Amino acid sequence: MLLAGAAVALLALVPLIFIAVYAVLVGPVEAWHLVVRPRMGQLLWNTLSLAGACMATCAALGVALAFLVERTDLPARRLWHGLLVAPLAVPAFVNGYAWVSLDRSVHGFGGALLVITLSYYPLVYLPAVAALRGLDPALEEASWSLGHSRWLSFWRVVLPQLRPALLGGVLLVGLHLLAEFGALQLLRYPTFTTAIYDQYGSTFNGQAATMMAGVLVFFCLLLLLAELRLRGRRHYARVGQGAARRAIPVRLRGLRLPMVAVPTAIAALAVGVPTYALVHWLLVGASTEFPLAELTEATASTLVLATLGAVATTLLALPVAWLAVRYRSRLTTAIERITYVPNALPGIVVGLALVIASLRLAPVTYQTALLLVIAYAILFLPRAVVSVRAGLEQAPVVLEQVAHSLGTGSLATARRVTLPLIAPSIGAGAALVFLAVATELTATLMLSPIGTRTLATQFWSASSDLRYGAAAPYALLLVLISVPATVLLMRQERLQP
Amino acid sequence: MSALTVTGVTKSFGDTVAVDDVTLHVPHGSLTAVLGPSGCGKTTLLRLVAGFLDPDAGTIAFDDRVVAGEGRPATPQQRRVGYVPQEGALFPHLDVAANIAFGLPRAERRSPGAGSDRVDEMLDLVELPRTFRSRQPHELSGGQQQRVALARALAPRPSVVLLDEPFSSLDASLRETTGRAVARALRAAHATGLLVTHDQAEALSLSDQVAVLRAGRLIQAGSPADVYLAPHDPELARFVGGATSLAGRCDRAGADPDRRHADSDLGRVSLTHPAPADELVLVVRPDQVRFGESGVAARVDEVSFYGHDAAVRLTLTASGTPLVARVTGPTAPAAGDDVLVSVYGPVHAYPAPDCD
Repeated sequence: MLLAGAAVALLALVPLIFIAVYAVLVGPVEAWHLVVRPRMGQLLWNTLSLAGACMATCAALGVALAFLVERTDLPARRLWHGLLVAPLAVPAFVNGYAWVSLDRSVHGFGGALLVITLSYYPLVYLPAVAALRGLDPALEEASWSLGHSRWLSFWRVVLPQLRPALLGGVLLVGLHLLAEFGALQLLRYPTFTTAIYDQYGSTFNGQAATMMAGVLVFFCLLLLLAELRLRGRRHYARVGQGAARRAIPVRLRGLRLPMVAVPTAIAALAVGVPTYALVHWLLVGASTEFPLAELTEATASTLVLATLGAVATTLLALPVAWLAVRYRSRLTTAIERITYVPNALPGIVVGLALVIASLRLAPVTYQTALLLVIAYAILFLPRAVVSVRAGLEQAPVVLEQVAHSLGTGSLATARRVTLPLIAPSIGAGAALVFLAVATELTATLMLSPIGTRTLATQFWSASSDLRYGAAAPYALLLVLISVPATVLLMRQERLQP
Repeated sequence: MSALTVTGVTKSFGDTVAVDDVTLHVPHGSLTAVLGPSGCGKTTLLRLVAGFLDPDAGTIAFDDRVVAGEGRPATPQQRRVGYVPQEGALFPHLDVAANIAFGLPRAERRSPGAGSDRVDEMLDLVELPRTFRSRQPHELSGGQQQRVALARALAPRPSVVLLDEPFSSLDASLRETTGRAVARALRAAHATGLLVTHDQAEALSLSDQVAVLRAGRLIQAGSPADVYLAPHDPELARFVGGATSLAGRCDRAGADPDRRHADSDLGRVSLTHPAPADELVLVVRPDQVRFGESGVAARVDEVSFYGHDAAVRLTLTASGTPLVARVTGPTAPAAGDDVLVSVYGPVHAYPAPDCD
């Protein structure tokens, strides 16, 4: 079991190892030359300025919306909550497609900021809502009793309590942005990720692409480290055993109806625009067609790849989670932590590393479905580990001991006690990976075998040729596949420690 | 023959000796409480009996069947002990009936008649309504979960039932009623029970035999009355029932050939046994301290009023010795009162440590 766990951890590190080895092979002088180029400076500025701006807008929007929905007497708050979470079901590249296809003026920094904010603000909104809900209202009441106004209490008591949730969400926005390829490519805003793809695709300049990937990974790991540090302290956000009482909502009085305009506007931009674009192109697009055979083929190959990816990833997650829960030690904790590293690895980096690795080590595997499934396994291992781990924690070892004391052998105990308890979580983990694979774009574009057409690659080839109508049916299918993933993720948010 | 015999059992974790050469006999149909502070090794002892751990030395036997210490230890599933862990640990995916029937043979479990009779019988035994059969574990209160856990343990008619601090997570009033119900159910089932607890009131009130463990060693095993009335040493007296230790002296030259009296800060007191040495440690139970018209002067420092009784903390005026008295509530003095105290009944005397 320990060997299996260590092997999985090693697999999770393959992309990092290959980027590092490659950088060393290139040599320090050459590497330095590749890193210190005007082009790099431009990309660095583009990437970091967009990341900073998006993190700020998502933070402001996420917290403001969370407060409005969770802590005021806004009418129809449940409806708004559902609508405000809905953008999670629209992959960012589909959102980018919607905006670009409807209005060519949406591009560059401004366009990217708009589209990315609308796609990713729920990553801040959701934890902020959870934190506000879990916050003991007694804290605020204590603050009022000490003479603070509601506004001052929010500033001095509530906001500091929200900080872990807020920062965690903002860091996730940063990580997603650094990994984002499709939306930014459509919006013609070059960042490290899109540049790596272009280098790789046009010139096959392996060295330059790899060095850029190295710089990108560096920033991603910085964010991941910050996120891990925060995660350790996240429980500060929750005082008391979840609020038995709900906080008294802020009365908006005369602003009650005008304030409805805020979530309405956000929902219109984040959900309304993509929906309208899809309907528009499906109905009136000049290039719209419903090639039933191609749609079926793309759907079928997507489902097959997603199933393979889900099964492989879940199997790999099992020993890691088992060790982490049942045999807690420094080693097993380290193994578990390592499998979270891919959270910081953009699909482009994993794709590039596996291309290099396969060409150098095992050329037979290049351009095979096997390599693609390995890439999926590395990318989505964290999701599977989190789910399986949560499941195993639902099955404490004492239950197995009780079963043994009642005369049940090991196999029967596994069948009658352990498996029934962990099956739902394993299933949820597999489903999450399945859905993530189905909507994955970047690694799929780089690694899919020639001739393999998935929904994502078909969407991409149509929309990058500006055949927006032809892309629409694929986009619609991608969104439909994402809906259950969103629901599952929202449930899992509640399971997480 | 005892239902459970533990002979010279030792278990270490690294450098820590958790259970040190413990020998214990648990008679058939009795409930034995293993009592000790946390970390004394009592849960380790229970896990050794259950088979979740193997002893480093010594043997464990159910009746004449040796399960550990000779050859390969029997696995937990071969031992067939009933095990009631802390907080019950009911299987969360099964309802009450399926939990109780879990350990029954497959045929009995599957056939609706027999297995379900046993489930009803067990529910009656632990004093839960039969309508609870279809409840889910999370729909039960803590005390109800413990009762179902006991029913589950008793259903396959185990030779011994092990209870690992089963009431520690319950609040005070529920702890007492659940404890009594569990003890009644064990007796009604003629089951042999081993109850691990750190609560001396629970051990004294529920069990037939109390085994006191300290730092892995068995200090004393006996009936609750024995342990309370004749504790092995002053520390045990303080742990079980609470007590004040006083220095005492038995003068060889005195007019007391039986050595049944000693002088102390509380005056001359009678002893339960002849004094074992000249310099003594006297153990005075709080209920032996009386207030009256005569006695030694003391000042009341603090009164904890519990209603039916009260704990009174005093300082003897002359010697400055602290003392605890327990009196019926309405008769308690107030803090700051000056009172006269005396000792009622004989006290236990132990040799003073430096005179050993």
